[in-house]
Amino acid sequence: MHYVVRRLLTLLLTVLFVLLLTFAAFRIIPGNPALAILGTEATEAQIELLEAKLGTNRPLAEQFTDWLAAAFRLDFGESLRFDEPVTRLIGSRLPVTVSLAAMALGITVSFGIPLGVLAAGARGKAADLLVSIGTQLGLAIPSFWMGILLILVFGLALKWFAVSTFTPWSENFWLAFKSLLLPAVALAVPQIAIVVRYLRNSLLEQLGQDYVRTARSKGLRESAVLFRHVLKNALLPVMTILGINFGEVLAGSLVIEQVFTLPGIGTLLITAIGNRDYPLVQGLVAFIAFTVIAINFAVDLSYRWLDPKIRLR
Amino acid sequence: MGMTEEAAIGADTPLLDIRDLRIQFRRGSGPPLPVLDGVSLTVNRGETVGIVGESGSGKSVLSLSILGLLPGGMHIGGGEIWYDGRHPLHRMSGREIRALRGKEIAMIFQDPMSSLNPGLAVGDQVTETLRLHLGYSRREAKEHAIRLLRKVGLPRPESLFGEYPHQLSGGMRQRVMIAIAVSCNPGLLIADEPTTALDVTIQAQILDLMRTIREEDGTSILLISHDISVIADMCDRVLVMYAGQILESGTIDDVFERPLHPYTAGLLRSIPTPAKKNSPLDSIEGRVPAPHERSAGCPFASRCPHAVERCRTEMPELVAYRGNHAARCFLAETEGAHRHAAV
Amino acid sequence: MRGMRNHSLALGTLFVSILFAIMLISLVYTPHPPNEMNVRERLQAPSARHLLGTDNFGRDVLSRVMFGSQTAFQVGAVSVAIGLAGGFLIGTLAGYAGRWIDELLMRAMDALLAFPGILLALLLVSVTKPSLFQTMVAIGILAIPSFARVIRAGVMQHKEADYVKAARGLGAGNANLIFVQIVPNIASAIVTTAALNFSTAILIEAALSYLGLGVQPPDPSWGRMLNEAQSYLTKSPWFALAPGVMITLSVLGFNLLGDGLRDLRDKSN
Repeated sequence: MHYVVRRLLTLLLTVLFVLLLTFAAFRIIPGNPALAILGTEATEAQIELLEAKLGTNRPLAEQFTDWLAAAFRLDFGESLRFDEPVTRLIGSRLPVTVSLAAMALGITVSFGIPLGVLAAGARGKAADLLVSIGTQLGLAIPSFWMGILLILVFGLALKWFAVSTFTPWSENFWLAFKSLLLPAVALAVPQIAIVVRYLRNSLLEQLGQDYVRTARSKGLRESAVLFRHVLKNALLPVMTILGINFGEVLAGSLVIEQVFTLPGIGTLLITAIGNRDYPLVQGLVAFIAFTVIAINFAVDLSYRWLDPKIRLR
Repeated sequence: MGMTEEAAIGADTPLLDIRDLRIQFRRGSGPPLPVLDGVSLTVNRGETVGIVGESGSGKSVLSLSILGLLPGGMHIGGGEIWYDGRHPLHRMSGREIRALRGKEIAMIFQDPMSSLNPGLAVGDQVTETLRLHLGYSRREAKEHAIRLLRKVGLPRPESLFGEYPHQLSGGMRQRVMIAIAVSCNPGLLIADEPTTALDVTIQAQILDLMRTIREEDGTSILLISHDISVIADMCDRVLVMYAGQILESGTIDDVFERPLHPYTAGLLRSIPTPAKKNSPLDSIEGRVPAPHERSAGCPFASRCPHAVERCRTEMPELVAYRGNHAARCFLAETEGAHRHAAV
Repeated sequence: MRGMRNHSLALGTLFVSILFAIMLISLVYTPHPPNEMNVRERLQAPSARHLLGTDNFGRDVLSRVMFGSQTAFQVGAVSVAIGLAGGFLIGTLAGYAGRWIDELLMRAMDALLAFPGILLALLLVSVTKPSLFQTMVAIGILAIPSFARVIRAGVMQHKEADYVKAARGLGAGNANLIFVQIVPNIASAIVTTAALNFSTAILIEAALSYLGLGVQPPDPSWGRMLNEAQSYLTKSPWFALAPGVMITLSVLGFNLLGDGLRDLRDKSN
């Protein structure tokens, strides 16, 4: 219990820092934010109006506390360009990004785990080199380039996928799936490389343990030893790595959505930046950071719950 | 080959019959190294046979080879291992050996903490063999497992069933291991240093437990240990191993009271007793040669206070004297069976 | 993977050296002027004259790719330098001061790390105009936490070491202690972190420039080239290959280098 409380406090502190950073980012630029948004052609009246709307005509400390209070209510103000509450905009785009991340995770697990098991089996053989090369490449290839290559091969050359068209889930399940598949694969490739590496090492470490010898001495088949005893113990650290890496997956999806023109929060963010839509940018950045922090926290807790040695202390 | 394909199966057929077993270690470059160099032993039904030796003697490798659990790189280079007169363990297929493991021949290991799966509940690890070999259902296996846990002297077996190894003490874990080992009522129990990792008081309890099981179920035991007192306590017969070979074998009385081999005598002398309280501990100088350090001649020659030139160049044979008391030593040969290696 | 460890270092050094050589060469020579447009020759496949083909403006891809290596190295070097400087400051402060200063600083580092890399860069870039400079600063800030951690760990590990106490006893001041005594011991850890951050820098810069929020024309950038190439995939697939390969090889090279160095250090420990 003590640990959970400590982690919660750390979480709070981190969140506070994030909010501070997001707030400060827009206040550190010299000059007038409203002016920066509207440009030099703007009139006095327009600037004053925007200032009032943004609240930048008030003292800094007041602005921050207000922003903080609002943030905890999940109220990030209104988008300048879209005239809608930021929260609602985020909500409308969230399903696409979540689907994308979920699919990427699914692909990672479905391919990464079997490949990791195979990689452990390849130790000492020629295939081991292939595994090393494969994982290194998987980590080095920029996922947005992989996306472009996938479009090239599967979209244009083979014409299996329609490019640059997105179908929402509500319209047509299969088409929606297809429109998310290539981007999900592009996102999954580096994660698979990570899983294969970690799982291979974790498996090999477990296989050297004494309890494996005991399991064999009971007359279990090698496959039973692997799946009933070893895999379970080996998977735990790998799953937590995946959870911790979720932030990277989210970051990757920001760019991938651009590559495939998917209407998720990634493209929303890029658009907002281009429009100098500060409230929207602030809200999006804070929201994304929160999500990553929350998930890291959940993963941390779940690890402690899943590992019997820690849970039952 | 000079050895019978199958021994005639009779009531006096040894349960375990190891003949001239050779085990080698395959290195990257160069010829394979000898780990066991022609070891023979038998365990009869209802017997408890001990193997005693220092670390590096090859006794653990011997115990692992019976069930085909040799670590990577080691393999059987020659000899035979017969179980119950009809199972040639040295050349059985993986599938055939697996049918015997945990069912006819079971093993317990030295460190119960690392030998149990830390991620599985104790109960699941006990029911595994029951479901695998005896085809029990989940419920039957659980009931039987709880009975087994009680049988090995564990308190609150119903709640222990769901606990994890790290929640148990060392002695309790070893009891669990014993429960797993005897779950399918094996004919032979191989115990590799079962008490070495435990406190002295717990050691006695575990040995008591093994004795109880032996009496109740008639299990034969092959007990490996570097601790002479444990061997003397539990065994009917003993073999003394050194650098991959048997140096002496016979009944407990014969070997421990009238040792023929200088090494055995040295081992016995080095046991601390109250009488020796204020004198320096007797120990045998030097250490067991590693597989790549072995040379022609008696492996103990470099440390033996009685070694002569012949000992370093020629390998003595294992010769039986009076009854089944055998020794591999030129000194014993020349002086006959009457020599007491008292120095 | 024992053999691979030595291979990592060797291969990594090889790749990085080749890239460095390409960059140096590009400073004085490229097959064609990288910015020379020739609309009649646009979107050509690789040929004798244009070994990697031409882009949508008829510019020689090979020359542009070579030129782009300058940006990659520049961004990598400067951001690593910023990360090292900032990390050094924070790390030594945290390591020496201890207690609540350490706690506060490390929580701040955690908060920084909580931002997925590119997100922080996007945030910083959104408040200013995108440019090479902004990119370098943003990525540099991103690199600070990892350096801070390594340096703090090194300082905490060594500040109580005997040789430090001995030096202090001989009258060495704090600055001397830090630079002369402690740093050489953590040098290899720092170099490893530098190599790994270098590859991250190249990746993030490429992504930022692809989004149009990084390096701006006329400064060359592999990432931006990929953006341009994507619009013309149907007309010329070749254009999209070379810049991506360069990014991959650079990241691969620095990753291997970092891994190789780390394994070297692990072995010697």
